[in-house]
Amino acid sequence: MGVLLEVKDLVVRFHTQEGVVYAVNGVSYRLNEGETLGIVGESGSGKSVHVLAMMGLIPQPPGKIEQGQVLFEGQDLLKMTPRQLRSIRGDKIAMIFQDPMTSLNPVLTVGEQIIEAIRLHKGFSQSQARKRTVELLEMVGIADAARRVDDYPHQFSGGMRQRVMIAMGLSCDPKLLIADEPTTALDVTIQAQILDLVKDLKKELGMAMIWITHDLGVVAGLADTINVMYAGRVVERGPIEKVFGNPANAYTLGLLNSLPRLDQSGAEQRLIQIEGAPPDMRIEPIGDSFAPRNQYATERCFKETPPLRVVDAKNPDHFTAAWYDLRALRAQETQQETV
Amino acid sequence: MSNVSTLLKNTSSVQLGMPLLDVKHLVKHFPITSGIIFQRQVGAVKAVDDVSFTLYAGETLGLVGESGSGKSTTGRAILQLHKPTSGEVIFEGKDLVTMNAADLRKTRRRMQMIFQDPYASLNPRMTVGRIVGEPLEIHNVMPNSKERQEYVENLLQRVGLNPYFTNRFPHEFSGGQRQRVGIARALALNPSFIVADEPISALDVSIQAQVVNLLQDLQEEFQLTYLFIAHDLSMIRYICKRVAVMYKGKIVELADTDELYENPIHPYTRTLLSAVPIPDPVIEKERRRIPSKPEDFIETSSDLVEVSSGHFVAASKAHLAH
Repeated sequence: MGVLLEVKDLVVRFHTQEGVVYAVNGVSYRLNEGETLGIVGESGSGKSVHVLAMMGLIPQPPGKIEQGQVLFEGQDLLKMTPRQLRSIRGDKIAMIFQDPMTSLNPVLTVGEQIIEAIRLHKGFSQSQARKRTVELLEMVGIADAARRVDDYPHQFSGGMRQRVMIAMGLSCDPKLLIADEPTTALDVTIQAQILDLVKDLKKELGMAMIWITHDLGVVAGLADTINVMYAGRVVERGPIEKVFGNPANAYTLGLLNSLPRLDQSGAEQRLIQIEGAPPDMRIEPIGDSFAPRNQYATERCFKETPPLRVVDAKNPDHFTAAWYDLRALRAQETQQETV
Repeated sequence: MSNVSTLLKNTSSVQLGMPLLDVKHLVKHFPITSGIIFQRQVGAVKAVDDVSFTLYAGETLGLVGESGSGKSTTGRAILQLHKPTSGEVIFEGKDLVTMNAADLRKTRRRMQMIFQDPYASLNPRMTVGRIVGEPLEIHNVMPNSKERQEYVENLLQRVGLNPYFTNRFPHEFSGGQRQRVGIARALALNPSFIVADEPISALDVSIQAQVVNLLQDLQEEFQLTYLFIAHDLSMIRYICKRVAVMYKGKIVELADTDELYENPIHPYTRTLLSAVPIPDPVIEKERRRIPSKPEDFIETSSDLVEVSSGHFVAASKAHLAH
């Protein structure tokens, strides 16, 4: 499968009155056609900002893309004019956001909004576009779509609105769907319905997807590949089974250990917490940003920024940004415990 | 630190395992009115609709449900922050609903609340020292300001904050630290009972475990009883001894935690549990959701039937036969 998107050493900063915010500090990765990439990280990790930046959606100033390339089908999005970018957004790349109420225009019916997008990008006639809109609403599971197409956003529940947003995103058969925490504001049963819907659509349409979330559970069932972000960098990347099953970065391991699990009894146990707090992004990052919270950190971690490297020769598709060898260190620990 | 412990403990008369709180047929309806000048009630939102449960001293009872299920309103109605429409709330032997204002004020020392949003629940113009010390001032517990200052510093240290932070303002702290301030304030008056309303859902993932571990340590040290309100069912399983599931203002199922998670009976509980994602790709790819069928819930009666020891389900007999 061909490479659809390639991000190369993207650096984004915000020059504010209170100083520079080092939001994204060198992010690189590839996304293949049809692949689903999960991006996980906490608030301030740069997971949303780097995607908004590559889509030309951060306010400049104060935001500034300091360096990097974002190649989509071989073309650099960062070099495009706003007009060229607009024609790609919504057509080849669609985005859905956390809060569907603020992304929908409250004074237009949902039908009008989707029809507008289809006519703009596909050049359909009004009646063709309307027919397609009803099909799309049916596809995302909105009952009685032929009637609901003339309803206003406030007449839909939160989960239904997010379905409308997905229908709108899919309206122009995008090659890439970017979803930024689209289920975070929803109840867990509604979230499950949306996730199931997206999984089905992905199979059906074969598009690539970037799913941004702070919830490791959400990406577990959805993503093929995962990028774990911390302090504006990708600190671990690989096939989801490898990253979850045998993490190679101390931050990923810490996160997985600190999570309680629905399928495990919590009686008489203590959560293994990560000490400290995420770094202040107004301070220029030096070295491995997770080092102050990392029991495995070496002296080098505090001084030099570790590049994203292959974990070992047996796993050429699994990467970590770390100077230490997490697996060797953990193996030593278990050995010491048994002695 | 021992100073705080003795101060907090010396008035505690509660023993583990005794009923601390008895909620009986609690109802909270919010009126829906119509008309501009002459408002008349045209209906009611039945936020809490006949809820009963007992909380035993030293335990953590989880109250789970989705938005609008009435879980937060239940917590607030227990603390009399919303005056209940009807029902009884027996706390340490006395009914809070019929209690007069002066007595209620006194009793309030014994029950506190930790809020969801540490950004919204702290007064931005007050120093952390004043925020934590304010309950002591209001209840005139520690009139000596020097003594109070020392006590507040000890409390801050106990919740994992630097005692020198007393002169700082909330905006100087991170979300996790602010939640610690909220916890210190809740502890200041030596309560026996704390309603924690989504205390970790606004926090970063890597901070949540820290706050949960702190709450558990404090529970042991000060023999606190928690009503833990949350929508995160994984965390609830980890923290709580027993769990009550709410749906549309009613408790539909209540059981010991592991029993509820291993053998859910009510269709809503089953749907809810099957919807919670598990951070394990191997398990998650195999999982099946149990779709909800609204007709399954219609028969929900407010009478809880005990189906096995300590496991209560709201369901008609016909339903249980299935």
